[in-house]
Amino acid sequence: MESFFSRYKNVLVLIVVLLAQVVGLAVQIRHPVPGAPETGQNRLIRYWVVSLISPPEHWVHATGSGLRGMWSNYAYLRGVRRQNRDLKAEVQRLRIEQAGLLEDARQGQRLQQMLSFKENYISATQPAQVIGTSGSDVSHVLYLDKGSRDGLKPDMPVITPDGIVGKLKEVLPHTSQLLVISDQTSGAGVVLETSRIRGVLRGNLLGQPEIVNIARDDRIKVGERILTSGGDGVYPRGLPVGVVERTIPDPDHDGYVAVVVRTAANLAQLEEVLVITRVSDQMPALEQQDINRSAIEVGPQKRAADILSERLPGLKDPNAAAPAVGAAPETTGGDPGRPPKPGVSLHPDRFSPSTARPANSSIPLAAAPPVTPVAGTGGAVARKPAAVHVGATAGAASSAPSKTTPARSGATTGVTRPQTVPGASVQAVKASPTPVGVTPAIAAPRKASPALAGTTPGTTAPRKPRVVSPDGSILEPVQPKLQPKPAQPKPQPQTAAPAAPPPGGRL
Amino acid sequence: MALLNAHSRRNVEVHSFSWMVSVLVPLAALGLQAYLPLHFWRFGIVDLPLIITVYFAVARRNPIAGTLTGAIIGIAQDALTARPIGINGISKAIIGYLTASIGVRIDVENHGTRLILNFGAAMLNSAITLLIVHHMLAMEAPWSWVHELIRSVVNALLAVVLFSLLDRAKRED
Repeated sequence: MESFFSRYKNVLVLIVVLLAQVVGLAVQIRHPVPGAPETGQNRLIRYWVVSLISPPEHWVHATGSGLRGMWSNYAYLRGVRRQNRDLKAEVQRLRIEQAGLLEDARQGQRLQQMLSFKENYISATQPAQVIGTSGSDVSHVLYLDKGSRDGLKPDMPVITPDGIVGKLKEVLPHTSQLLVISDQTSGAGVVLETSRIRGVLRGNLLGQPEIVNIARDDRIKVGERILTSGGDGVYPRGLPVGVVERTIPDPDHDGYVAVVVRTAANLAQLEEVLVITRVSDQMPALEQQDINRSAIEVGPQKRAADILSERLPGLKDPNAAAPAVGAAPETTGGDPGRPPKPGVSLHPDRFSPSTARPANSSIPLAAAPPVTPVAGTGGAVARKPAAVHVGATAGAASSAPSKTTPARSGATTGVTRPQTVPGASVQAVKASPTPVGVTPAIAAPRKASPALAGTTPGTTAPRKPRVVSPDGSILEPVQPKLQPKPAQPKPQPQTAAPAAPPPGGRL
Repeated sequence: MALLNAHSRRNVEVHSFSWMVSVLVPLAALGLQAYLPLHFWRFGIVDLPLIITVYFAVARRNPIAGTLTGAIIGIAQDALTARPIGINGISKAIIGYLTASIGVRIDVENHGTRLILNFGAAMLNSAITLLIVHHMLAMEAPWSWVHELIRSVVNALLAVVLFSLLDRAKRED
């Protein structure tokens, strides 16, 4: 027996060593969550090895950084002033750009609040230097010079200004292990920006990140941006990941493809990264201050209507009164189908909606002229037969006095009061922009009743009222459908033969 | 390849190393292996721990020492990765055992022998790693004959240079 052990001791030692490691591998494979931080013996081994390897790496990295710092701080200062000037200009440009996006962001936040959606903001980061790798081309792991004493914890996301890099796996007191997204054991929830296809990003055999198990979809285009979806609970939502490089068929699943990703961050040459140490649902104070400063510097955001009126100078009414300050906002009472009610004007006149006579007290067809399509005064109007259709009811017409009445045009003297007719609609016809205050059709007085009372075509044709909407369209009243209420007494017409409404009830 | 006969096998040189060399050289190999790919990503094709394992095994000519040296260096190499600990430990333990056993029979002081020995060790290391990862752990493992041949050639050439440097640190027993 003794001779057996002495004779085969070499082989026996080898077998014992191999068996011990095989058992150790089996125990590790039984780990319930792949990629989760380890505990126990394995962590102890990694701790000791990293503790032995990382101090020299710290030292070498610090020495190299010091040498590079000497070069950049003393010998390479020539371009600093120019760089500073360029950076200031870029900051100014970005501030303007940020202010431009501010309104959209606020609108998005309001919508998210309505949906009870919790947006996660990066509120604290910890910069860290990359000091080492795993030394293996099949395990994409990096080592950072910050650890638990700097507030780092496992599963914290790591990013660069360009995009995400990975997450922390093991965290030691002065060193932490970063699992890069190109590793096979990594995973990140991502979404394609345009097609909104979601998937899981992980590294393939060649060390290139890819989104796996995606059904074949023609909407996936090369170059489409990929963002984090926030569904993995690690990476905040909306961080850039990269772009689609190509799609390859999944050999294991028929009908599925893998989307190979070109990462936004340069994973091959990482020197400094940011570890996201805190995420909150409140916008960071510094970012909020920056946004406010941008808004103040750039000025208040212009409304779309203001921008449109600037681009179309003909819509500006130099004689128009300033809008009433403190006027009640138009509300629809929560019913989007109903037209908005006009606010109470400070100086009401007879054209104000609240003081105008009700439509049912008017003489039918006495005020609303049966306007026929006209060639346009001056012949400068280019019309489209099928144009924008604005409004549908008398309420709509009466609720927008600034559009349908000349009260605000500054040329009301002698203008026949246009009365609204129940059931009347306004048809907008595109025309060249004409200032409201100088529209001759409105400024010219005319008599309404004779024109309405059975005037045959070819007789004296009064000038048609033309109202120009702010978007440059000419609003023309159309012939109403007379539907008298049966309960009310039929008013006496002023003319013997009221004009019959044309087919369709519109002109 | 120069085979040792019975007489020369008795007179074969067995070398030993100071404890500092025995500790610092593997640590330096692991540190360089972890640091250099950060700046030269192509350095990832080199396997310095494997070269050191082969060198200590053939210099000591002791299979048990070769097995333990390979196992320790391999486990330390695994500890730096995100993969299970033991993959490199098993492969380098086998390589340490085999190269130490071969070193008893073959004159490994020759450059040509060292070149062939390291080439074979690198190929065997890749094959054992593939076997463990793909068949034992059921994990995906890349394999390309061209890549593995290039890797083995590069490691063998570098090993010849490193062996010459490390020869200055060994002591003759």
